Amino acid sequence: MSLTLTAMSNSTVTRGQQQRSGSGQMPQPSQSPYISVITNRTTNMVIRGAMLFFVGVFLALVLNLLQVQRNVTLFPPDVISSIFSSAWWVPPCCGTASAVIGLLYPCIDSRLGEPHKFKREWSSVMRCVAVFVGINHASAKVDFANNVQLSLTLAALSIGLWWTFDRSRSGFSLGVSIALLATLATQLLVYNGVFQYTSPDFLYIRSWLPCIFFAGVITMGNIGRQLALYEYKFVQEKTHQD
Amino acid sequence: MTLRERLRAKISAAFYRHGLLCASYPVPIILFTSASILTCCYPLLRLPLPGTGPVEFTTGVRDYSVPSHEPQGDLGERPDWYRGPPVAYIQQVLVKAAVSPWDSSLVPVDVFRSPLGRAFSLLEEIRNHVHSDSSGVRSLETLCLQVTDLFPGLRRMQSVLPEHGCLLVSPGNYWQNQRELFDLDPDLLKTIQKHEPKGLHTSATLRDLLFGVPGKYTGVSHYNRKRVVTYTITVVLSSYDARFLGSMRARLKQLHPSANCSLRDDHMVHVHFKEEIGIAELIPLVTTYIILFAYIYFSTRKIDMVKSKWGLALAAVVTVLSSLLMSVGLCTLFGLTPTLNGGEIFPYLVVVIGLENVLVLTKSVVSTPVDLEVKLRIAQGLSNESWSIMKNMATELCIVLIGYFTLVPAIQEFCLFAVVGLVSDFFLQMFFFTTVLSIDIRRMELADLNRRLPAEAGLPPPKPGPLRTREVPPPPRPSPHTITLQTPAFRNLRLPKRLRVVYFLARTRLAQRIIMVGTVIWIGILVYTDPAGIRTYLAAQVSEQSPLGDPAGGGLPPHLGVAPVFPGGDPTSTLSIHPPPDPTPLPENQSQGHHGAARAVPLPQAPPPSVPQITWGAEDEEGWRRLSFRHWPSLFSYYNITLAKRYISILPVIPVTVHLSPQEAIETRHPQDTRHPPPSIPKVSADLQTDLTLYKVAALGLAAGVLLVLLLFCLYRVLCPRNYGQNGVVHGRRRRGDLPCDDYGYSPPVSEISPLLLRGHSMDIECLASDGMLLASCCLAGQIRVWDTQTGDCLTVIPNDGLRRSGSSGFWEHRDGWDGVCGAAETECLGPEPLGCDGLSEEEGYPLRRRAAPAWPTLFNDQPDLTPLIDTNFASQPPSHLCTPPRHGFDFGGLVERAYIEHEPPSPSTYPSPSSNSSSSPSAAQLQRRPSLGDAATFVAQDRASAAGTQATGDGESSVWAMELRGNLIAAGRSSGKLELWDAVEGSLRCINEDGGSGITALAFLNNRIVAARLNGSLDFFTVEINKPLGLLQYRGGPGRGSVPPSPCYSSEDVISCQLTRSVQCAHQKPITVLRAAAGRVVTGSQDHTVRVYRLEDSCCLFTLQGHSGGITAIYIDQTMVLASGGQDGAICLWDVLTGSRVSHVYGHRGDVTSLVCTTSCVISSGLDDLICIWDRSTGIKLYSIQQEVGCGASLGVISESLLVTGGQGCVSFWDLNFGDLLQTVYLGQSSDGQGVRQLLVLDNAAIICDFGSELSLVYVPSVLEKLD
Repeated sequence: MSLTLTAMSNSTVTRGQQQRSGSGQMPQPSQSPYISVITNRTTNMVIRGAMLFFVGVFLALVLNLLQVQRNVTLFPPDVISSIFSSAWWVPPCCGTASAVIGLLYPCIDSRLGEPHKFKREWSSVMRCVAVFVGINHASAKVDFANNVQLSLTLAALSIGLWWTFDRSRSGFSLGVSIALLATLATQLLVYNGVFQYTSPDFLYIRSWLPCIFFAGVITMGNIGRQLALYEYKFVQEKTHQD
Repeated sequence: MTLRERLRAKISAAFYRHGLLCASYPVPIILFTSASILTCCYPLLRLPLPGTGPVEFTTGVRDYSVPSHEPQGDLGERPDWYRGPPVAYIQQVLVKAAVSPWDSSLVPVDVFRSPLGRAFSLLEEIRNHVHSDSSGVRSLETLCLQVTDLFPGLRRMQSVLPEHGCLLVSPGNYWQNQRELFDLDPDLLKTIQKHEPKGLHTSATLRDLLFGVPGKYTGVSHYNRKRVVTYTITVVLSSYDARFLGSMRARLKQLHPSANCSLRDDHMVHVHFKEEIGIAELIPLVTTYIILFAYIYFSTRKIDMVKSKWGLALAAVVTVLSSLLMSVGLCTLFGLTPTLNGGEIFPYLVVVIGLENVLVLTKSVVSTPVDLEVKLRIAQGLSNESWSIMKNMATELCIVLIGYFTLVPAIQEFCLFAVVGLVSDFFLQMFFFTTVLSIDIRRMELADLNRRLPAEAGLPPPKPGPLRTREVPPPPRPSPHTITLQTPAFRNLRLPKRLRVVYFLARTRLAQRIIMVGTVIWIGILVYTDPAGIRTYLAAQVSEQSPLGDPAGGGLPPHLGVAPVFPGGDPTSTLSIHPPPDPTPLPENQSQGHHGAARAVPLPQAPPPSVPQITWGAEDEEGWRRLSFRHWPSLFSYYNITLAKRYISILPVIPVTVHLSPQEAIETRHPQDTRHPPPSIPKVSADLQTDLTLYKVAALGLAAGVLLVLLLFCLYRVLCPRNYGQNGVVHGRRRRGDLPCDDYGYSPPVSEISPLLLRGHSMDIECLASDGMLLASCCLAGQIRVWDTQTGDCLTVIPNDGLRRSGSSGFWEHRDGWDGVCGAAETECLGPEPLGCDGLSEEEGYPLRRRAAPAWPTLFNDQPDLTPLIDTNFASQPPSHLCTPPRHGFDFGGLVERAYIEHEPPSPSTYPSPSSNSSSSPSAAQLQRRPSLGDAATFVAQDRASAAGTQATGDGESSVWAMELRGNLIAAGRSSGKLELWDAVEGSLRCINEDGGSGITALAFLNNRIVAARLNGSLDFFTVEINKPLGLLQYRGGPGRGSVPPSPCYSSEDVISCQLTRSVQCAHQKPITVLRAAAGRVVTGSQDHTVRVYRLEDSCCLFTLQGHSGGITAIYIDQTMVLASGGQDGAICLWDVLTGSRVSHVYGHRGDVTSLVCTTSCVISSGLDDLICIWDRSTGIKLYSIQQEVGCGASLGVISESLLVTGGQGCVSFWDLNFGDLLQTVYLGQSSDGQGVRQLLVLDNAAIICDFGSELSLVYVPSVLEKLD
């Protein structure tokens, strides 16, 4: 639970930075003089952002629950309320983070001019999400001998996730950088006493946290790219009409 | 590299052979596969069914010792959870107490007040029991489980449950274990009831916890007929001390002997509890399953072009599932017992194994050429994908093996399963799925064959069985344009999201099903988790109401007087005749009151058994079994102790029998007890009470259900206000009720479109050309009319014999007189025109028209084989040379169209058809006939050519086969090989070129160049040169198409000459069927299966594109250099015009591709199979297809990026390309005889022009206009 919390908070912090950069980028692509295209693009982006946000919130709730279960096996009857009461700011943070990441990925793709063509299908995206949930599941439920083993396994799984579903250098570098930033932010948060981990083994946090961050970034990027595929078609068609 | 390639070749050869094998022997292979699946799954039968119910294990008490933590070698039947000490030992003291003998002076409360009161003394006894022996002094305090605080959420139970001390529960806890409080309590039942939860509770209640027996068996109620009160005192011990327990047991037995009790006390039961699955725990699980289903959905959605999409999807899922089962079964067989929670890892396993291979296989097989044999198709498809399949599998195995070396037991086990699953999945894919696929493909081939047969027989093909699952019944209109919609999955693709959700709800009747499933689950949960409730209630009901059960106590009312006949008290008679009202038929023993027989007074009104009988039966031995299985977990959970994955040991109960004398009962009475009126009719009220709860529950459930239904109904109404399938609500803007709408009754609001009819032609329109502003049309009669596309006015009429007027040759001068006649005839011919279809009327008409007709027997001996279509005997008729040429026009267009479609290799004789001969005088005919005769001799079996030929004039003037319009110049290519340039506005012939000898089948007019494709396969490039004497070359600001430079407008003063710049003699081996020009390229398609690309400037052949296995029938090229070609083989190829490479190659149609259009994102094709397919341009994936009615015509046009227009029978239909929805169908005329729209031109001002028999229709699409603005 705490780890997801941190994940959330970290990503939110990085989000803030990304949002600034993202907002800076947003008006740029809409250089076309047609108001309608701009509005359509912005609406589209808002819609995509909202979808990503809700996906993020949902995953945050579910994965948080997984972490909660790790410590408490038997629930008192009022566990449902405790899911939501744990930390109200976690799901929104996660949602915002995922929205930003999901918008950032296609944006960077178009900046770099190398559209992502690898496995662009919804079934593949679903597979990716399932593997991400599986990684979280494993981190929460599988008993590992020691922390190093756990972290190494999760790191290998995350890299495998990237290799299976992304395979783009930009995706990898973005994932690593966001994961590092998020880890740093978590460290700061824990240092300042916002929350803490039960058994920190990497300064103040758990050592597998960056892996989870990385896998999450890859997953959200995958979803974001798939969503952007629709917008790409849409805009293409629009401009052609004009 | 070579090794790799050799490997690759070997693999693909192996797959090829395997594919042949599978497709050759489908049934044996499927049988073999099923047998192996069943064999591998057999070990699964030995696995216990998953569930959360506790597991028991019984050991003897005497040689009991706490099991060690280490697993021992001789496990025997010992379960693997039976390790280490239990969480607790449960010692229950089962007390049965009764006031005996029963006295009529006693009130109902006496039944339980004094027996309950005895609990306090027993408690004292137990608490204070001390056993001392050589090893020391032990009391309960040292042995019992010490508990601390209650769980924070349970403050209200604080007063009742023990805290900070021994966990010892008994009914005395209600009164804080203080006798004084108990004695002062005026209403015991109320106190007990006070702590009961309100509403329905499925788990253990406090009453169950404290009494230790299910509430029904306690006997604590006013209506207890047996007058025996049962309760337990539950002692929870943390450590086991046999001697202490033995001494306590002996002490209690000694104090309260149970004379006839022979309960076995040599067994202790260890109960292992599985992990609790709470709702919270289910959420991640449910999420993973949702993701899994989404994955399966998105995967199976991609299966396409097969006979039964859902059948294959099912086969794919079966493949994956059975491979998982096989893997579990195999692992079990080799001694690996699954320890992971199967339900939890299952979604991940499916995702790891994946459906990808199955889909790849399907796609690969489907994309093999359709005309191959099924066996070969399967084999080819398999071998095409063999490399990637093997590569993927190797990668996955590697990943899984890496996972195996993490050395984490759980991950290792997962990986083991995954490896076995992957291998078995591969096996199943290769044997099971491939075979299923071959069967499916074969079925499709058969269906295909059935479909094609009638068409080849020359009959109008009857609609075969629906290819797609859904088909809209034809609307009431006589011959409407019926649209067959696709499978729901495809529709989902293209509907707006909101509608998609609503449709999904509506289609699957999700609401109803959820309610049904929910109800079933709810009932299931109720039955499963509440054994003390409904199940026992039902059992009790059955036993009570069975007529043999208990006549005295239960079945018959006491006042019937049965009782006096059998005075109670005699043990034997009681045993034999009066079985006690106990569910168990034969109690082992009975304890009777000692003085029961003596004191029993038979009372007529009172229930007869005045001596409460305390019986000890087998069911008392393990009374805790009757409790809810959540009893112990919930008791421990109150103290934050979990029993999940742990076990408790339940020691044999200590039976205690307490008999109280009536005096004792009366002494312990509370003053208020006597105020209770005696129960008048105990049985009824007791039944009433239990019944009432049941009824309450039922009513509550019913109400909840009704409320839910109402709520969903409201939601449903709010979400989808339309009336599905009813005509009640008609959309406001739709006035024509007969317009087709989709099968949900959804009709998108499109403003009404009314076509503008352009009338004037007397025969069917043959050629259409437009440059945006002007429209030129040419009919079978050879008359060319020029229209204004904005207003629909006819600007110019160029009659067929206008040549003579043109003054280019004085030879024609004498023909001038015909003009007036023709003009007059035009008007009258409109009337008899429909009759023309009828052979008889035609024949009757002949004598009238036959005037001085010289015979052309050589020409007309070879008649077209159109007898199935036209009931005429033209062969016997001498050709008529009519003075009123248009007179002869009869409605032939649609028929000819079909004729040439169906006579794919037509006989050469179809060429000169007398039916379409146009006006010509004998002399003119004589002069002009020569070239066309010569042509006719050279024509060999060419369908496009012969199609044109059927419409060409047989004699006299050659007909116009191709026409183009640029600027105000009309280029007309004639069957005689002449190329004429006409002034569109003035109607004058500007130029004529007679260089070629073969008929011009297609023309392209781009900038100042004209490209003519001829029937003999040659391609001529002409240059139009304008010599402007006045130096004026004004450009008309016509709306050029895209970036096409607007054509110059030639003024009438210009001298226009048309020079043949280059003639490519053997451009193609066979006739050129299609010619398209754009972006400086000329593309030709021919019957010889090739497409050639020429540069327009220097007429140099750039590429010869090979790839089709049939003649080219359609080509599309636009400014963006996109080239698409479609052939008779049903294939569509996309080419890169710059490099000449093939971008994609897809098979979409059974039969010819008749027309192709591209937008920036997709390619639209229509075929002879009346299917319109929309393909993604970049990936070549079919997005969806639209099944049209048979004979709908094949004309297509794209108005904007998202608006497609198709021609149908007497109508044109507008489609939304993004979603595949039919927007509107516009009927062109009132006459709904089967005149199809054959040609369709989309103009730049968002108007479309289509021919409709002899009329033209100009349809404006206002919505698009708005969009363009």
